[in-house]
Amino acid sequence: MADEGALQELGQHIGSVLADQVISTSVAHEELMVSARADQIVKILTFLRDDPLCLFKLLVDICGADFPERPKRFDVVYNLLSLVHNQRIRIKVEADDITPIPSVTGVYNSANWFEREAWDMYGIMFAEHPDLRRLLTDYGFEGHPLRKDFPLTGFVEVRYDDERKRVVYDPVKLPQEFRTFDFLSPWEGAAAVPQGVLPGDEKAEGQESS
Amino acid sequence: MAEVDIKNMTLNFGPQHPAAHGVLRLIMELDGEVIERCDPHIGLLHRGTEKLIEYKTYQQAIPYFDRLDYVSPMAMEHAYVLAIEKLLGLEVPERGQAVRVLFSEITRLLNHLLNVVSQGMDVGAITPALWGYEERERLMEFYEGVSGARMHANYFRVGGVHQDMPAGMAEAIGTYIDGFHHFIDDMETLLTENRIFKQRNVDISIINAEEAMDWGFTGVMLRCTGLPWDLRKSQPYDGYEKYDFDIPVGKNGDCYDRYLCRVEEMRQSCRIIKQVLETMPDGPVASTDRKVVAPARAEMKQSMEALIHHFKLYTEGFKVPAGETYTAIEAPKGEFGVYLVADGSNMPYRCKIRSPGYVHLAAMDHLCKGHLLADSVAVIGSLDIVFGEIDR
Repeated sequence: MADEGALQELGQHIGSVLADQVISTSVAHEELMVSARADQIVKILTFLRDDPLCLFKLLVDICGADFPERPKRFDVVYNLLSLVHNQRIRIKVEADDITPIPSVTGVYNSANWFEREAWDMYGIMFAEHPDLRRLLTDYGFEGHPLRKDFPLTGFVEVRYDDERKRVVYDPVKLPQEFRTFDFLSPWEGAAAVPQGVLPGDEKAEGQESS
Repeated sequence: MAEVDIKNMTLNFGPQHPAAHGVLRLIMELDGEVIERCDPHIGLLHRGTEKLIEYKTYQQAIPYFDRLDYVSPMAMEHAYVLAIEKLLGLEVPERGQAVRVLFSEITRLLNHLLNVVSQGMDVGAITPALWGYEERERLMEFYEGVSGARMHANYFRVGGVHQDMPAGMAEAIGTYIDGFHHFIDDMETLLTENRIFKQRNVDISIINAEEAMDWGFTGVMLRCTGLPWDLRKSQPYDGYEKYDFDIPVGKNGDCYDRYLCRVEEMRQSCRIIKQVLETMPDGPVASTDRKVVAPARAEMKQSMEALIHHFKLYTEGFKVPAGETYTAIEAPKGEFGVYLVADGSNMPYRCKIRSPGYVHLAAMDHLCKGHLLADSVAVIGSLDIVFGEIDR
């Protein structure tokens, strides 16, 4: 595996050649991370694939990540692998749910399903993707399940209806309210708790007034 | 006679089909018997694993990994615990590493055994499957011996493994592996030079190295094209660099070469297992950092501090410092990676699972185009797909 120095060097090389496209490069946990501009992603990946110092011929993964508090809420993360130099690189671009980012299916064939999955799971749009259909969710599914504001239980449940002789969709009915067991330590003091309210305290307030 | 306008036929293959290796639905466009287009519909086994993991503590998420590729459970756990250890900067004691390598290789045997024999079954040979399942059952007894479960072991832990092997287990594995060579030889007499098996597999769905890289292939699917790429050699983890083994590569990149690679990989796995058993170091099997690894139960009954650690770890869990990593291992099917984003709390913020089968199946259209309908079954068999990891 490449050492930190080689990764730093590679990062500088990419940063200098693609100065207009790349925002920053960093090395953490022996992994090289490059933040880039979303609209330039095709150019960046083409360069990384063909440059003799890079030769990242394998697109290992594309995935989304959701950060709802940011103005551009999604990260799209491209993981690449170079067999010749035995190195990995991670490209990160920011996206929102309206602006499509250019599809890289023209650079790597393997991007096809990864982008479909990112669309399915997060609703990130990819411009000029040949076939941007849903991939993993049900036929006719609505919503994007991996977004942080999508509830874990979902909205619909399916069952076989004996009268209508087919599978029907119903709104989710839970016999008991969904509980998130938040075990963050109450012993570490209020400073460790983001809002200054210990987990569970909000339940007590209603009881006092009654 | 007037010219007849022949229309292509669209065929629905699956989702319930014995040769689909799970719940795969293929929409095929056929020109006579030749596949023009092949569109896999997946997601019928989608359970939302990545979403569920975001709502669990780091340790509670380990069992989900068993259920991804349920043919090689411990390999999936391996990638996940390595990712967390990387973020924590946690060292695993040598014995812990050796036990992990030992069981990773047993897992590889389990996986290749199933795949090789079911590839045989897909093209009409039933006997190897019957023999193979018997051997798999024996191997799963070792799983049961260390973890209590035949398949969904939940054995690997952050910092090592859950508990040490029971007394006599190492010898039992050694004895079994000595005899395993004979099984591989026997199985090969049924398949390797079998005329029907070769007619169904040789020169089917040939792929070259450039195409394989373009489609993101890893593991056997990449090695069958002649590229000697194996993460155990090139980016070793858990002490794989200490063991001596070879990487089998194919020449033609067809279904038959993939079969041969897998058979040879089984022999190499046996080599690794023998070496691990010979050099098995003494010491703890898990890190002694009590902020991450729970103390032994016996200790908990005696020591107040151990009790506190135990309580804290099984309620709150441990916290992982903010950061992100992509950690990959050489799973039996190819590169299995976990992209983990931690936000400093006790639960993963994002855990993307990169499964090899998903990428290989994505190339189904490319691999099947121009082949006969019957060949698609051989192709699926040689891809080594399991729907637990594809649909996640």
